[in-house]
Amino acid sequence: MSTELDIEIADIRRLTELIKDKYGYDFRDYAMSSFRRRIKRVIELYKFKTVDKLIQVLDTTPSFFEEFISEITVNVTEMFRDPTFWRVLKEQIIPNIIMNHDRISIWHAGCSSGEEVLSMVILLYEMGFLDKAKITATDIDTAIINKAKTATIAQKNMELNQKNYQAAFGVEGAPPPNLRKYFRDVGQEAVFDKSLLQNVTYRKHDLVQGPVFSKFDLVLCRNVMIYFNQNLQNAVLAKLHESLFKYGYLAIGSKESLIWCDIANKFIVVNNEEKIYKKIKD
Amino acid sequence: MIFNKYKVSGKYKAVVVGGSAGSFQVITRILSELPKDFPLPMFLCLHRLKHVRHGFVEALSVKSSKPVVEPCDKEPIKRGYIYLAPANYHMSIELGNSIALSTEEMENNSRPCIDYTFETAAYVYRDKLVGILLSGANKDGAYGMMRIKQKGGLTIVQDPEESTISTMPSAALAQTEVDLVLKVDGIIEFLSELDRACKMALP
Repeated sequence: MSTELDIEIADIRRLTELIKDKYGYDFRDYAMSSFRRRIKRVIELYKFKTVDKLIQVLDTTPSFFEEFISEITVNVTEMFRDPTFWRVLKEQIIPNIIMNHDRISIWHAGCSSGEEVLSMVILLYEMGFLDKAKITATDIDTAIINKAKTATIAQKNMELNQKNYQAAFGVEGAPPPNLRKYFRDVGQEAVFDKSLLQNVTYRKHDLVQGPVFSKFDLVLCRNVMIYFNQNLQNAVLAKLHESLFKYGYLAIGSKESLIWCDIANKFIVVNNEEKIYKKIKD
Repeated sequence: MIFNKYKVSGKYKAVVVGGSAGSFQVITRILSELPKDFPLPMFLCLHRLKHVRHGFVEALSVKSSKPVVEPCDKEPIKRGYIYLAPANYHMSIELGNSIALSTEEMENNSRPCIDYTFETAAYVYRDKLVGILLSGANKDGAYGMMRIKQKGGLTIVQDPEESTISTMPSAALAQTEVDLVLKVDGIIEFLSELDRACKMALP
C-alpha cells in the first residue's frame, strides 16, 4: 500500500495558529473535513510533502499567503445554480421587496468569481429593476474579486450556465431565452456587457472577522457557511442577521439549514425548498 | 442462514456504500433486505445526475425497509438512518457526529464523489467502519477503499463478475487488498450478520 499523507487535528491547529498570529485571518473554526482536504490539496499542488513544510513556507514567505488563500477558498460556482431558486426570486421575492421599498439593496456574501452576481443583474435587468438596485458583492479572496470584476466566464462553463438560465426562465411553447445577448466571445472567454455591473460594488471582506458594514433587503450567502463549523456558522449568521433590514430576506444553499443555528428563531422560512428565510426579529 | 459465516465483529459504528452505473438495482435490493431496525447509520454515495435534485431519494425509498434521507449540512447523525449524498454536493462525515456538505471541485468527474465520503468516514470512524463498493464505470471509490483499509476498517467490493459494469470494483481490488469480494446475496447476508453482531454488542 502506498504511503498517504495523514493530516491530523494537531497539524491543522498549528497551521491555523500560525496564520492567525502572522496574517490575522482566522481559519480555526472552518469545517474540519473540507479544510483538511483543502490543505492536503495545497500541499500536493506545491509538492510540500508535509504540513510542517507548508507552515514553514507560510512563516517565511508572506508573498505566498494570497496564493494560499486563493487555493484554500472554494471557487466552484455556476450561473443560475438551482434554477427553481431563481424563479422564486423573480416571481416572489424581488417583486415583494420592490413593492414595499421601490428600491432593492442586495449583498452577495462570498461572491467568488461573480457568477451569482451576473445572474442577479441579468434577472433584475429583465425585470426592469436594475436601476433600482444597489448591489454589494464581497469575498475573502482578492484574486477572485479581480476576476469577478472583469465579468468574464470561461466558454466551457457557458453550456451549463445557459442550461440553468433556460430551466429558470424558459416558458413552454416560447423560444428558449438565450444568454448570448449579454456577452461576446473573446477567445476562450465569454465577456459580459460591463453595463450590467453598473450598480455593483465588488469589495474584499472577510465574513469571519470583518465588520457589519451596511443593511440590505436581500442577502445571498449560498454554499458559503458549509465551510464553517457550527460555532462559526452561528457567529456569521448573527452578522448576516444584523446586515438585514427587518423583514429582509436571507438565501442560503439548497442543502443548508438554519435549524441547528442558535438564532434560527429570528427568521421564518419563506421557501423551504429553496432555503429562503425572512428576518422577523431584531 | 449461517450467522457467523463472515465472523463479523460487533465493533462497527457505520457503513458507507459507493456505487455508480449499474448499482441502482443492487442498492435497491440491499435496502429492501436490510433489517428494519438495523442499528448503524449507513451513508450512500451514488453517482447521480448533478442537476436533478428530485426523484432519486424517493426512488430509493420505495422498496427500502426504512426511509432514505438527503441530509442538510451539519445534520446530526442518527443511528439506523440511511443518508444519501445530495445532488451536486460532496458529503463528508465530521468528528462530533455530524454530516457536512461541500461544493468543492468535482473529483473523478463526480460530485458527489465516493472517495470524498469514504475518506472522511475512514478518518472519523477509523477501524469501526465498513466500506462497500458496488458496480460502476470509473475508478471513484478505489482511493477511498484504500483509506478505509489503512485505518483498519473492513472493505467489501461487489464481485466484478456479477457487477453490471466492473471498472469500479476492479479498480478497488487492484489498489487494495480488499477483505471480502461478495455477490449481492453475500452482501445482504453480511449486513444481516453485521446487524446481529452490533445488536449483541450494544450496551
